[in-house]
Amino acid sequence: MERQLLLGAEAVALAAIDAGISGAYAYPGTPSTEITEFVQRSGEARQRGVRSAWSANEKTAYEAALGMSYAGKRALVSMKHVGLNVAADAFINSALTGVGGGLVLCVADDPSMHSSQNEQDSRIYGRMAMIPILEPSSQQELYDAVREAFPLSESLSLPVMVRITTRLSHSRAGVLAREAEPQRLLTEPGSLPPAERFVLMPANARRQYRHLIGLQPEIERLAEESRLNRSVGGTSETGVMACGIAYNYVMEVRERYGLDLPVLKTGQYPAPREAARELFSRCRRVLVAEEGYPVMEELLRGFFGNEKILGRLDGTLPRTGELDTDIIARALGLESAPFEPAPGIVAPRPPELCRGCGHRDLFDALNSVMAEHSYQSVFSDIGCYTLGALPPFSAIHTCVDMGASITMAKGAADAGLRPAVAVIGDSTFTHSGMTGLLDALNDRSAVTLIIADNDTTAMTGGQDSAATGNRLETICLGLGVDAGHLRVIVPLRSRLKENITVLREEIAYEGVSVVIARRVCVEEAARRKKNT
Amino acid sequence: MSMKQDIILAGVGGQGILSIAAVIDLAALHGGLEIRQAEVHGMSQRGGAVESHLRLSDRPIHSDLIARGTADLLISVEPLEALRHRPFLAAAGRLVTAMEPVVNMEGYPPMEEVRRELLRSGRPVLVEAHRIAIGCGSQKASNMVVLGAAAPFIAIPPERIEAAIGELFRRKGAEVVDMNIRAFQRGLEASQEQAASCEGPTTSETA
Ligand SMILES: Cc1ncc(C[n+]2csc(CCOP(=O)(O)OP(=O)(O)O)c2C)c(N)n1
Ligand code: SF4
Repeated sequence: MERQLLLGAEAVALAAIDAGISGAYAYPGTPSTEITEFVQRSGEARQRGVRSAWSANEKTAYEAALGMSYAGKRALVSMKHVGLNVAADAFINSALTGVGGGLVLCVADDPSMHSSQNEQDSRIYGRMAMIPILEPSSQQELYDAVREAFPLSESLSLPVMVRITTRLSHSRAGVLAREAEPQRLLTEPGSLPPAERFVLMPANARRQYRHLIGLQPEIERLAEESRLNRSVGGTSETGVMACGIAYNYVMEVRERYGLDLPVLKTGQYPAPREAARELFSRCRRVLVAEEGYPVMEELLRGFFGNEKILGRLDGTLPRTGELDTDIIARALGLESAPFEPAPGIVAPRPPELCRGCGHRDLFDALNSVMAEHSYQSVFSDIGCYTLGALPPFSAIHTCVDMGASITMAKGAADAGLRPAVAVIGDSTFTHSGMTGLLDALNDRSAVTLIIADNDTTAMTGGQDSAATGNRLETICLGLGVDAGHLRVIVPLRSRLKENITVLREEIAYEGVSVVIARRVCVEEAARRKKNT
Repeated sequence: MSMKQDIILAGVGGQGILSIAAVIDLAALHGGLEIRQAEVHGMSQRGGAVESHLRLSDRPIHSDLIARGTADLLISVEPLEALRHRPFLAAAGRLVTAMEPVVNMEGYPPMEEVRRELLRSGRPVLVEAHRIAIGCGSQKASNMVVLGAAAPFIAIPPERIEAAIGELFRRKGAEVVDMNIRAFQRGLEASQEQAASCEGPTTSETA
């Protein structure tokens, strides 16, 4: 087989296809989106009939993967770190039910928050679920780890988490694939997992939990023996425990500065206790280098005490943000290369809404209506339209988590805030806005929901959106929106005046009103034209 | 002698720096080199500043990212982005940039100041990429002009890079391939002219 140049995300997808998955379930989210996009493009996946349509959200994706696994087939589910908050209920409980066919969760964390609201560390979720976590450091290692994660999942009958971070997901390198395995067959009727495992009523759940705890020594033994955990010899007094991608930066420093640094590469958790003990007994100081939260560092401080340990908690490494070669060099007391700083004239270039984007015209209209009120806060959500928070629009005032626009507007309306206006995208609405709208309707809260329907999931690059166009009207009516207060506008400059009128009327209404602002994303329109 | 080259690509989201990266990647892959190429997806692709770190070597590469002060080459398709990413450049590194500003932000400095700063950056190669690209058929090929201007400093023979352009654009038909290769060649020529007039840094605008 030939070496292929793949993003880390693509290496995950190829490995899963080659491991014989029958489904790749996901909701888009940077930096995980390219995993499913690769499966959708793959001829091999198509030939094998691998299901890879986008799910409505991460929870539905995770549960679909669990169902496929229940039926005996292998499944991949992928998401960004905050997506796991949405899927957490299914995820944690699936460690109690266990799996049938191999179930691998690939979760992509975004330290430094390049495209995210926070930089939470998924390894903490993995620990809460008490399952094996793999954290490879290179694209090839990632391919190999995902291949091996499926049999590992089956042998323990547990889901396995593969954690990656932005730079590994979005960096290309040569990857050598191995021969693909056949897909697994549907389990025979009599051999499906027993109800005692999958019906998590207290009696069953307690037994399953004890079983999970009983598996822990075996999980630790497997980590101890894993090829993802290995020592690089060295004689210096300072050693490094390098987790995941941090290993790359540490090795870069080791090579560039010609150091004889002992390094414990850590790529499978729970961390290898014996190897750590050995490193600590040999070294006077140990730097713990990990991307994300100081997860390992906290554990090791508890285990070996504070004196020897350097890391994020004592300020040797910055407390936040991703790592790089310079940061590791500095932590080891080394001088990094001199450089010429950018001149003072270099002003920031923040991202912005595209020229011709319909969101622009929506915000123009909305701003002029809101200017008529003394309370001018607009509750909003996550998507391209979040850029409406920046000048020249400054049109929205919240963006917390997917779906929070409508529910926060409801709560504020309940507190007496008028007007209570929410702006949400089509994909975010079907992700987790529909249930919030139902709450508002049931409680007759005076909110106006504006659905910015651009016929795609634009922020993440134009994936299919779960419901757009007429289906949105049908959903709103089905939930109970009054047909007289369900309006559709076309956000165009030429229609500014009539759009202002519609918004003004619906915002004045003392009840639930919905305005759908419908115009296709111009980027998406260009892509469609190119592909026809 | 072992070979190792670190290249920073810079520009504004949507300007096509990932195509430049893809061409160099392909050429390097066929040349049997090790490659690491980190790119930016997500929020900043919407007209924000974007960069890609491209590392080539004949030995294994550890880090996906290039440290500041260590890049051999900075290739930018926008002049202000060249300045923004200058900290990556090593003292002996080379800067190649297109000179057409993309003004989608507040506080874009006057071009004379941008130029003055660029001329302070080692031996810069400054190209009027849009003008050259339009001469080749479309402004869309500006990124290939810049790649051509950088080609003399990339550790891969220009013929290999040209072949990779052909491979990358093949799906889009012979016309697109030809235009991009022409753009690459004109960029290469502009760069060589600048190197020939070795009165320190000059720009293609004076050529
Ligand atoms: C829980 C969670 N999942 C995924 C994302 C990533 N994400 C942010 S915005 C977005 C899509 C927004 O699409 P839409 O609501 O249609 O708005 P558009 O970008 O098209 O304007 C996605 C997938 C996230 N931030 N949080
Ligand atoms: S990608 Fe589409 S939705 Fe996003 S800013 Fe551009 S035009 Fe608007």
